[in-house]
Amino acid sequence: MSESSTTSDMVLGGDASVTAAVVREELLRDYPAKTKKKREKQIVINDKQHGDDGSLQLPVVAANSRTVPGIISQRGCCYAGCKGVILGPTRDIVNIVHGPIGCSFYSWLTRRNQTHTPTDEHDNFMTYCFSTDMTEENIIFGGEKRLRQAIQEAYDLFHPKAIAVFSTCPVGLIGDDVHQISAEMKKQLGINVFAFSCEGYKGVSQSAGHHIANNQIFKHVIGEDDTQRSKWSINLLGEYNIGGDAFVIEDLLERCGIELVSTFSGNSTYDQFANAHMARLNTVMCHRSINYVADMIEKKYGTPWIKVNFIGANATAKSLRKIAEYFDDRQLTENVERVIGEEFPAVVEAQRKYRPRCTGKRAVLFVGGSRAHHYQELFSELGMETIAAGYEFAHRDDYEGRQVLPSIKIDADSRNIEELRVDADQDKFRESDRQQGIQREKQGYTLREYDGMMAEMKDQTLIIDDISHSEAERLIKMVRPDVFCAGIKEKYSVQKMGVPCKQLHNYDYGGPYAGFAGAINFYEEIDRMVNARIWSRVQPPWENGTPAADAISPLPISMEEPEESTNP
Amino acid sequence: MTLLRHTQGGEITERQALTINPAKTCQPIGAMYAALGIHRCLPHSHGSQGCCSYHRSTLSRHYKEPVMAATSSFTEGSSVFGGQSNLLQAIENIFTIYQPDVIAVHTTCLSETIGDDIPQIAEKASEKGLIPEGKRVIHASTPSYVGAAPTGFANMTAGMVKYFSQSTSPNKVAGRVNVIPGWVEPADMREIKRIVAAMGLESIVFPDTSDVLDCPQTGVHEMFPKGGVTVEQLRAAGDSAATIALGPVCSGPAAVELTNKCGVPHATLPLPIGLEATDRFILELRKHNGGIVPQEITDERGRLIDLITDMHQYFYNKTAALWGDPDQLVSLSELLLTVDILPKYVVTGTPGKKFLRQMGDVLQDRKSEVQVRQGTGADLFLMHQWIKNEKVDLLIGNTYGKYISRDEGIPLVRHGFPILDRVGHQFFPTVGYRGAIRLLEQILEALMQLQDVECSEERFELTM
Repeated sequence: MSESSTTSDMVLGGDASVTAAVVREELLRDYPAKTKKKREKQIVINDKQHGDDGSLQLPVVAANSRTVPGIISQRGCCYAGCKGVILGPTRDIVNIVHGPIGCSFYSWLTRRNQTHTPTDEHDNFMTYCFSTDMTEENIIFGGEKRLRQAIQEAYDLFHPKAIAVFSTCPVGLIGDDVHQISAEMKKQLGINVFAFSCEGYKGVSQSAGHHIANNQIFKHVIGEDDTQRSKWSINLLGEYNIGGDAFVIEDLLERCGIELVSTFSGNSTYDQFANAHMARLNTVMCHRSINYVADMIEKKYGTPWIKVNFIGANATAKSLRKIAEYFDDRQLTENVERVIGEEFPAVVEAQRKYRPRCTGKRAVLFVGGSRAHHYQELFSELGMETIAAGYEFAHRDDYEGRQVLPSIKIDADSRNIEELRVDADQDKFRESDRQQGIQREKQGYTLREYDGMMAEMKDQTLIIDDISHSEAERLIKMVRPDVFCAGIKEKYSVQKMGVPCKQLHNYDYGGPYAGFAGAINFYEEIDRMVNARIWSRVQPPWENGTPAADAISPLPISMEEPEESTNP
Repeated sequence: MTLLRHTQGGEITERQALTINPAKTCQPIGAMYAALGIHRCLPHSHGSQGCCSYHRSTLSRHYKEPVMAATSSFTEGSSVFGGQSNLLQAIENIFTIYQPDVIAVHTTCLSETIGDDIPQIAEKASEKGLIPEGKRVIHASTPSYVGAAPTGFANMTAGMVKYFSQSTSPNKVAGRVNVIPGWVEPADMREIKRIVAAMGLESIVFPDTSDVLDCPQTGVHEMFPKGGVTVEQLRAAGDSAATIALGPVCSGPAAVELTNKCGVPHATLPLPIGLEATDRFILELRKHNGGIVPQEITDERGRLIDLITDMHQYFYNKTAALWGDPDQLVSLSELLLTVDILPKYVVTGTPGKKFLRQMGDVLQDRKSEVQVRQGTGADLFLMHQWIKNEKVDLLIGNTYGKYISRDEGIPLVRHGFPILDRVGHQFFPTVGYRGAIRLLEQILEALMQLQDVECSEERFELTM
């Protein structure tokens, strides 16, 4: 029954002895007992077993659990997930951070969310950083008065359609009631004002902040505007327009004739959120950060949801077809096939060019809550293999698939993150959309499905959740991957080890990598990285042990005698 | 299309509570940067893990280098019950896994609001045997709601003295000076060491991030690179003949501490950026080497003067807007006045009583032509409003100025922290005479480039 017996000698790199089990042991070797016990559950060999009924059995990954203090983690905080990730890309909400200056400063324009405003008359506050800049006096005597005043000043200067307030760590401790103040100011100013209790200490990672952000957007914004949308209208949930990804997807959808009502939250506006419940289908890109919003919208308004992925040319084509298939319309299917037909020749040409230069090379990915999975598609299109991967802040369902959801235990850290109770909206629930979903399911179409990262990875690869610096360093030393995908904190230490590091949070100021055009960009980028001449020049030519007399220049260039002088 | 389309000139209303586009950030990042300047030290952020993540990211983006630091990873539970168990566990993990000689703990708004007592927790760690023989845990208190990044740097630097420096003899070591360089680049620290050595003096420079945040690519990642002031040097700083503190905000407190603790006399000088500020530094060093200034230094000064006299016409009567840290702004303003550029707008979010007086000393009879703002409401939004009302020729500050630069068509010379979108600052010093040459070269390049892009065809010229 086990397929591991045939593949247990899968080699991760270096010599044939470097299997996942050997690497795992080395990563855990020097930890103190308590730390080791914890990390053992988060470093897992992807031992894929098949049951008698053919079902896939995967090992459990203890994801979404506390980071061990002192370990040097990639993770950020709840606030970063809430303000930085989810609300950051929305251009026309004034986001006021209630706290000392740092939290607002560090999330100011650092995530490369691009936005496109049609004209200069349209609001764009993303270039601005707003903070109540709390000082000691506010910590001692409370900051409510200051927050109220800051909201007023923001309104007077900018007249936005909405103001959002974000609580930072000390605000939670001193007990400023940000929600009450927001409600009062909403009444007073006549615009939407709402708050997020996203103190940095909540949860165990950014993921808690995503949840808090999405809950509040669901409570305070979605459902405000009932403008009707077309029969092929969708929302794109969990796409954050890093490096212009959303622009590429928007263009593809438009050419297919699919109406994009809202994106959560790349290149988004307040009004798009307000109208999101009127779309006929939700498509979920980053399962981790937003699958629960898709669930809540479905419960309240009846909109079914599907998982999509626009990272990778094949995945993009598959996702477009899946959307068309849902609406089950001949014209739409034709549109989608036409667009895929228009885009694919360039993809094939790029693959022909770059694949021979990349085939057989090995990648490892430690990033995000979906990217470490999605980007494996692009590597496989280049003929590259992913030998180890893990998320920074994902949950078990993102590794093992949604079927494990009922068995996930709620721990003390998760319990503090509000789960909204959602019922069908008496007036706005669309039974016809629900029926369409049921109808499609009867015909074999799958809704709400996500099998997670491990099902798609090879047997006996290595899964590392919330990787530490020490683990990353040991992994690199043992397997010498050809490319390491992570974020800015890892980038330069990885590169110092002689391995190119691709940032998959912010794309190293490159991108877009979504859709067909993005895939081509990515192929070129990876070819550049894994084949750059400079990596073979790190060692000085005089340090290879050759006697000075025999040392040759690394780039022999024929040197003739000087040109004959033209002077007589 | 404009990037900062909501910023308007006209009448400027004073804000009481809202900071927009700050000209500062919080204390802990300064403490982290300073701690990286101790050899074999791992900075540790005692708070939520986001603080550490943000500081490492920002420092990494600025230096394009690994920035290693750990965090206590507070959860809601630690926020209620205190962070002692988190810090104890962190100390055990760090010494076991990463094996630094020193863990430099700085606090955050969270742990300060809770009231965690770091020395007491470190004591406990020691009692439990979590701190290996010869290793140390030091700390600085850096709540984010007090001061700003430069004061965090100052507090951690003062902490180095408190924890390590010792006076072993009433007779100080003649010819050895401590230099506290302030928050400057690794290249600046390297240049300061070169200048002191050229003056024939032995120096203990602390903190020292050269060879920590400007490491060569060797194919090996050194968790603890070769640079940084050693614990031994920090100890010996108590026996040096004198301390020169460069920049009162960043370096003053450590120098005072050293005087009080070890009886080492100190002089606090402005950061040696620009002609006069470097002159002062050289004169101060000259007090300790028998009064000699080597020809090498005099020649460097001469080359700087030569550049200024030759290029004066291009600097003359230009105006600039500056933002950043107080120590930097005072010296930069002086340099600009030396070449007859007016620092028309000067903004810092960092509090501190002496800044305005120092700016007054620098500006002298030109005070009335200059707007200086500090503290709450002193931000890039305000400075941009001023620019909308009356334009300047040049912006000097961190990367965030690029939005104003593009909207207003004003060239930006990147200086200060953070510089997220360029390299150069980590390699080429701006301190000393040679540093001033680099700064003026950058300013000149910006001004001449604008002229070449904007002038009419008939005025487009080959020579200067």
